Amino acid sequence: MTEKPRAVSDEELHAYVDGRLAAERVAELEAWLAVDAEAAERVRAFQAQNRALQALLDPVLNEPVPPRLTETVQRPRRALPLRAAAAIAWLALGGIAGYALHDWRTPPVVTAQFAERAAVAHVVYAAEVQHPVEVTAEQESHLVQWLSKRLGKELRTPDFTPFGYQLVGGRLLPGDKGPAAQFMYQDSHGARLTLYVSAAGEGAQSSAFRYEEEAGTRVLYWVDRDLGFALVGELDRTRLMDVAHVAYQALNF
Amino acid sequence: MSYPKQCMPNHPFEEHIPGLRRYARALLRDRTRADDLVQDTLERALNKFSLFRRDSDLRAWLFTVMHNVHVNQIRSASNRMVTIEYNDSEMTPARGGDVTALHDLANALERLLPEHREVLVLIGVEQFSYEEAARVLDVPIGTVMSRLSRARERLSILLEGGTAPQLRRVK
Repeated sequence: MTEKPRAVSDEELHAYVDGRLAAERVAELEAWLAVDAEAAERVRAFQAQNRALQALLDPVLNEPVPPRLTETVQRPRRALPLRAAAAIAWLALGGIAGYALHDWRTPPVVTAQFAERAAVAHVVYAAEVQHPVEVTAEQESHLVQWLSKRLGKELRTPDFTPFGYQLVGGRLLPGDKGPAAQFMYQDSHGARLTLYVSAAGEGAQSSAFRYEEEAGTRVLYWVDRDLGFALVGELDRTRLMDVAHVAYQALNF
Repeated sequence: MSYPKQCMPNHPFEEHIPGLRRYARALLRDRTRADDLVQDTLERALNKFSLFRRDSDLRAWLFTVMHNVHVNQIRSASNRMVTIEYNDSEMTPARGGDVTALHDLANALERLLPEHREVLVLIGVEQFSYEEAARVLDVPIGTVMSRLSRARERLSILLEGGTAPQLRRVK
């Protein structure tokens, strides 16, 4: 008790107010506050500010979210980097290959949209450590039944073990034409591969494999009758194509 | 394909909308303008999503996007109108009393400099760490600390009147 508490800095006072002060310093600081009435008063005032700001602003969390905001993230996108890149790629192809004119006139707008969504879903959920999937591979039959029911189509989980990828599980997502399914696979190094399935939309035609790459994320996608499929991962294009062939065969029924 | 709307699963941004709305309301107060800011933020985030680093925190990234959109709006607005700068002597204390306390706080918050408002709310309400706030605002952590200190002192002055005790001890 005879030892005089160590003086505290302004930074430490604020860190204490915000609960960010190193645990071993808290007792020392509280001892200081006991003898420095002015510092103690400032701490009380700043704590009161935090509480008052929370009281002022927290009610916003309970307000219904205006539909226009939810719709912003749910509606199909107009201009997207991936789609822009895809459109340029297709136009460039038009100069080389004769069939390209036919190709870019019809399905790309439809297909690129689900490919973009597949890429975004991959980037978000493949990074997820705690909850990469909603239903794990342990309940594979339930997972497939559930997602098949939601998409209104019979789905399957292709076997990618020959490529070293095991099924982790899957989840339901919003697609641009209704519900979409994402199946996640992982190899022994933790690298993840996702298979995204959604309705291809009215008037969609079966297509060849198409490939897009953005920021290291590679997407191989195709339309098979009324379903759009996209495989997304970081593996190289040739290998992704091999996996896609297996997926295509497993899903073509 | 039709499906019941209430069964729509969420876009990954969706769970962060209430928090973004709360922060926007702190920045702009007016509900419509605040929601406009949220909408602009979501649109920009969707367009910039390829720049999102997968190992970083989505919530912090969305707040970073909102900060950038907001700063750009302030800049373009200040090109059009005269910027009003406060100094301490011009500040009149807000009215006291419990009934109007929240109203007074909202008034005081509105009168702070935008960068002071931001740190106060990011740290005190959104509960970001100082490091996270520094990343959201793209400033050094020391700047976050000094802004936080000044913001709190100014808020005290605005709420308690010009006779606030000496706020910075001479060390």
